[in-house]
Amino acid sequence: MTSRAAWTFVSPALIAIAIFFVVPVIAALGLSFTDFDIYGVADRHNVRFIGFDNYRRLFATPLFWSALRNTVFFVAVGAPLSIAASLGAAVLLDARVVRARGVFRTALFAPVVTTVVAVAVIWRYIFHARYGFLNYVLGWIGLHPIDWLGDPHWSMPAMIVFAVWKNFGYNMIIFVAGLQSIPADLYEAARIDGAGRLAQFRFITVPALAPTMLLVTILTMVGYFQLFAEPYVMTRGGPAQSTTSVLYFMFEEGFKWWNLGYASAIAFVLFAIMLGGTLLQLALARRWSRA
Amino acid sequence: MKPRAEPWLVNGALIVIVLVTLFPLVWMVSVSVMAPGEASTSPPPVLPASPSLAAFRELFHRGTIARNVANSVGLAVAATVLSLAFNVTAGYAFAKLRFAGRDLVWKLLLGVMLIPGQVAMIPLFLMLKQVGLVNSYAGVLIPGLANVFGIFLVRQYALSIPDELLEAARIDGAGEWRIFWSIVLPVLRPILVTLAIFAFLASWNDFLWPLIVLADDSRQTLPVAIAALSREHAGDNELMMAGAVVTILPVLAVVLALQRYYIQGLLSGSVKG
Repeated sequence: MTSRAAWTFVSPALIAIAIFFVVPVIAALGLSFTDFDIYGVADRHNVRFIGFDNYRRLFATPLFWSALRNTVFFVAVGAPLSIAASLGAAVLLDARVVRARGVFRTALFAPVVTTVVAVAVIWRYIFHARYGFLNYVLGWIGLHPIDWLGDPHWSMPAMIVFAVWKNFGYNMIIFVAGLQSIPADLYEAARIDGAGRLAQFRFITVPALAPTMLLVTILTMVGYFQLFAEPYVMTRGGPAQSTTSVLYFMFEEGFKWWNLGYASAIAFVLFAIMLGGTLLQLALARRWSRA
Repeated sequence: MKPRAEPWLVNGALIVIVLVTLFPLVWMVSVSVMAPGEASTSPPPVLPASPSLAAFRELFHRGTIARNVANSVGLAVAATVLSLAFNVTAGYAFAKLRFAGRDLVWKLLLGVMLIPGQVAMIPLFLMLKQVGLVNSYAGVLIPGLANVFGIFLVRQYALSIPDELLEAARIDGAGEWRIFWSIVLPVLRPILVTLAIFAFLASWNDFLWPLIVLADDSRQTLPVAIAALSREHAGDNELMMAGAVVTILPVLAVVLALQRYYIQGLLSGSVKG
């Protein structure tokens, strides 16, 4: 068995990943310590090493902190709501009495395979203060119209409603697989012992789904930290910068104003926050499983 | 809960959730065939008074949408072929071939998966600018050539190939590439379909990178063009819904027809991982 042959199988992919991902990531760290801007784009000789100045400037910029606040709000409220919707739909789909399971599953899964930009365009119309369907429906139950995308208090909740609709089907599929792997005799035994529906859910379903839940939580959190296309299409980061996410802020700094060194620092701070969030989840999960 | 009531409650709840979930997509289709201006009335009409294709005609006559559709289709097909070419051999080798440094390299790759793609974008843009690939189709394709998730997907599946099958072929004197082509590839066929769907969808739905790399209207992909259109013609709801229909429906139909393969990939990327 030749090691040489094996290397010819893996090297095209490894070389591509090294050149087009690993090298740029390292370069981004380097760039974040320079003042690379529009003059640097024109001529590399204008670029100077400035140490941690980009990071210092970033932490002194109010817009960065509001972008971070908006993003953390989107993650902290949107991810649990998405996961709850996924779990609820999965439990319903998994019930024995369900007819036409495949049809339901396909329908609930459909938004997952749509293009964010295109469905954001649809939802912008649904959220429209005057012609939107959502306000029309809310009118049936006597609520006054809300300017979903024009009022800074409602713009982020509107993004979250949209994100839950778009994404819940993905985790739903994962939860359905998790539910199906729980042996039916466990529930049978619990029933014989007199456990009700809620007790069965609490003492059998929840512990059995714990590893799945950890994975889903991390994947959803990491995905939601990368909020970008939704505000780009629906609100341009407004109103009053209420939907400017960290990534949107990075895009504007980097590719609108060409502050590429500064934007690299933003990218690294976002990466550090996501990594920190992931490690925190893992640590919490370890503690709970020991307790 | 009475046993009689349960089927009604569960199925009823599912029907309600399905209606809410599908409503935006159904309404998109309905509004896209309304007459100009019809959708901008209150209360919002659910069905068109008299269906018309005016919005689609306007969409394709104005601007470069036909060209953008062609760009998106071409790029997604190319991205799919490239993903298969780069990831399949690597995934198989990491699962079934023994070579020095394999486990170390694999662990490093899994570590790379933790880094979000946006971190690499700025230097990658500067690299492409250096070699003149900004505003080119090649520039759009380059970051997606090989990706760890694709390799991971193939590896998970290839682990189930029995070693005896490969050993027998080696004893018969077959070379490694021969074994790959005539024994391994046919076995991997289902996961190749899965990988192809993921690569196609990732390219079709991608937004940030094409937005950064492509400058000319005529080279842009469909999502970038739709986003630009939506910033200019926000009030023209029929036109925007027609654009959404073109972007979403054909691909949605194909992927839902092949959803068995998509779901297999989704699960092997998460549950077994």
